[in-house]
Amino acid sequence: MGSLPLATPDEDLVTERRFGMKRRSFIQLCAGLAATLGFANNAVGAIFNALVDAKRPSVIWLHFQECTGCSESLLRAEHPTLEKLILDIISLDYHETLMAAAGHQAEAARLAAMAANKGKYILVVEGAIPTGANGNYCKIGGKTAIELVKECAADAAAVIAIGSCASWGGMPSTSPNPTGASPVAEILGRPVLTIPGCPPNPYNFLTTVVHYLVLGKLPELDAKGRPMFAYGRLIHENCERRAHFDAGRFATQFGDEGHRQGWCLYKLGCKGPETYGNCPSIGFGDAGTASWPVGCGHPCIGCIEQGVGFTKPIHELAKLLTVTPPTQFARPDEQQGQGSTLATVGTVAVVGGLAIGAGARLAKNLGTTADKPSTTSKPER
Amino acid sequence: MLTRRNMLKGLAGGAGAVAAASIASPAEARGNHPMPEHALGLLYDGTLCIGCRACISACKSANGMPAEHTALEIGDYWDAPLDISGQTLNVIKAFREGNALHKDQAVDGFAFTKVSCMHCNDPSCVSACPVSAMRKDPVTGIVSYDVDACIGCRYCVAACPFNIPQSTYDSPIAKISKCQLCAHRLPAGKYAACAEVCPTGATLFGPVAELQQEVARRRALTPGTKTLFPRGKIGGTDTYAGVASTYVDHTYGAKEIGGTQVLHLSGVPFELLGKPALPDESPASISESVQHAIYKHLLAPLGFLGALAVVAWRHMRPEAEPIDPTGAPPAGGEAP
Repeated sequence: MGSLPLATPDEDLVTERRFGMKRRSFIQLCAGLAATLGFANNAVGAIFNALVDAKRPSVIWLHFQECTGCSESLLRAEHPTLEKLILDIISLDYHETLMAAAGHQAEAARLAAMAANKGKYILVVEGAIPTGANGNYCKIGGKTAIELVKECAADAAAVIAIGSCASWGGMPSTSPNPTGASPVAEILGRPVLTIPGCPPNPYNFLTTVVHYLVLGKLPELDAKGRPMFAYGRLIHENCERRAHFDAGRFATQFGDEGHRQGWCLYKLGCKGPETYGNCPSIGFGDAGTASWPVGCGHPCIGCIEQGVGFTKPIHELAKLLTVTPPTQFARPDEQQGQGSTLATVGTVAVVGGLAIGAGARLAKNLGTTADKPSTTSKPER
Repeated sequence: MLTRRNMLKGLAGGAGAVAAASIASPAEARGNHPMPEHALGLLYDGTLCIGCRACISACKSANGMPAEHTALEIGDYWDAPLDISGQTLNVIKAFREGNALHKDQAVDGFAFTKVSCMHCNDPSCVSACPVSAMRKDPVTGIVSYDVDACIGCRYCVAACPFNIPQSTYDSPIAKISKCQLCAHRLPAGKYAACAEVCPTGATLFGPVAELQQEVARRRALTPGTKTLFPRGKIGGTDTYAGVASTYVDHTYGAKEIGGTQVLHLSGVPFELLGKPALPDESPASISESVQHAIYKHLLAPLGFLGALAVVAWRHMRPEAEPIDPTGAPPAGGEAP
């Protein structure tokens, strides 16, 4: 466990008082976070220290066109300490659902936090931003969503778009999109870190925040601003039902023999082959294995992926992205074997030469024996 | 003794017989055999194929064939045979060019193709088979193989223009392996396993007449339009909504060597997919026309035999005549 500090009764008290959990449970949580990030075992100590020692970063959490499902999933995760982390590890200075303040008091808290932590706070945006009707579809404290997000992002250390709505428009942006729902990056005109999903896995958000706290920088991102540790692979690649796909065992109807056997859901429209996410690896809600949509028997709807979730019909067949480019397929003119080696050529030459020489010798001797008296024949008297 | 006059007469007669036989052959070319009326076949639409290879796996289990080990540069596989073989009747191959990012594009793209028996209307393997091991069913048109009749000559292997019949060379009692369209599953109401398992209907089973209609329908669609694709077998209840693709202006198997019961559609030219360019006339019809003309009424063999007889007769000598009085005495008294 690397540089994990030794336990003293005082430190037990620290974790217990501050995080509402035993030191042992807290170390277990740190180990879980390290595993999600793919860190080595000795990173647990670093995470422990960062969470205990670091000054709680100020977080301002904005809500626009959304269902608060992202916040809900974050709070209602079965892990006993998640809400403690949100409330105690970070300083959540503005969150419309969770804060006690209301009205002008709430707005004052936001402005105060922004002023006190200028250039250091983390801005989290949940929900798409309506651009239709000059942004008047969503107004908070007399300001439109567009104004709010621009104002808050101006002095933020990092902007995180949580959920598909904030990341790429999500469900509100589905055609015909009367409110002109747009993602955060489009409003700000620059790429932001996105944690898409409907809702996203809370650990993907949490781990990103912890990564920032421990290493002082954001994790590696893909072209769509998603952390690679969570969105680096297709759901299809790690799916527990993948073997059934490869063997051609498909469920064709809900409740049929194949569905009851837990076969592949591709024919039912599973979007796993065109959706990037770690859902099969970590599941949802800490409820054990199979606690994710495909594990429960419903095809993936691709809620993470722009152009798939809320766009393609749920039961439409998915495009398969794993085979692009298809390296493991034979080419039409695939060459097999490896031609002749020097040893083979040499052996064949020696054997062939011997055969030709012996044949020539034999042919030369043919007919000559008749002229000579045979050594074995009896001499004539 | 043969006179010069008689010998010339004999030679002329033989030559006449051969000439008559060879003149007769073009006039009596038998033409391609037609497709049986209720022929069954497959339609492979490469634009629908997703390369899941479920058909390879299903084919193997339906025909009781073992998995094949393939050692590639990127790793060892048990489910990626490089080609059809004695243990593999069906393989999905991929054409790829440049960065291979776009499906069904000839440049910087990739495309899938299927290699399995085409079930020709006029199969070369059946024509070449000296016994009745290779047969074409008169009703379904399925080209089948009977291991009990096979003499192991492998003429079918050499005859097939698609390189389909494969011999189990590693077995001391080698036999031929080829797709028989799961004929053994038809009586139970099932059909070709590759089509049954295909999740996108890229491999579709059915009567060839209906498959041809489906080909015409797909090629007439405007690319990009939504349409229903049948899955499994044509005319069934299982369909799904998909998007029509752009096809090359060629249905492979429609005319090749007199037409085949397996039809291929593709988004890239077939020569890129390793499909040989073949004439419309079946090789079997050409070779059989020549052969049948030569052997008609045994004229050519008789003529040839006559010519041989004349030559032999010309070289005969009376038995009493010594071979060579000045030569060495016959070897004798030589015991091993």
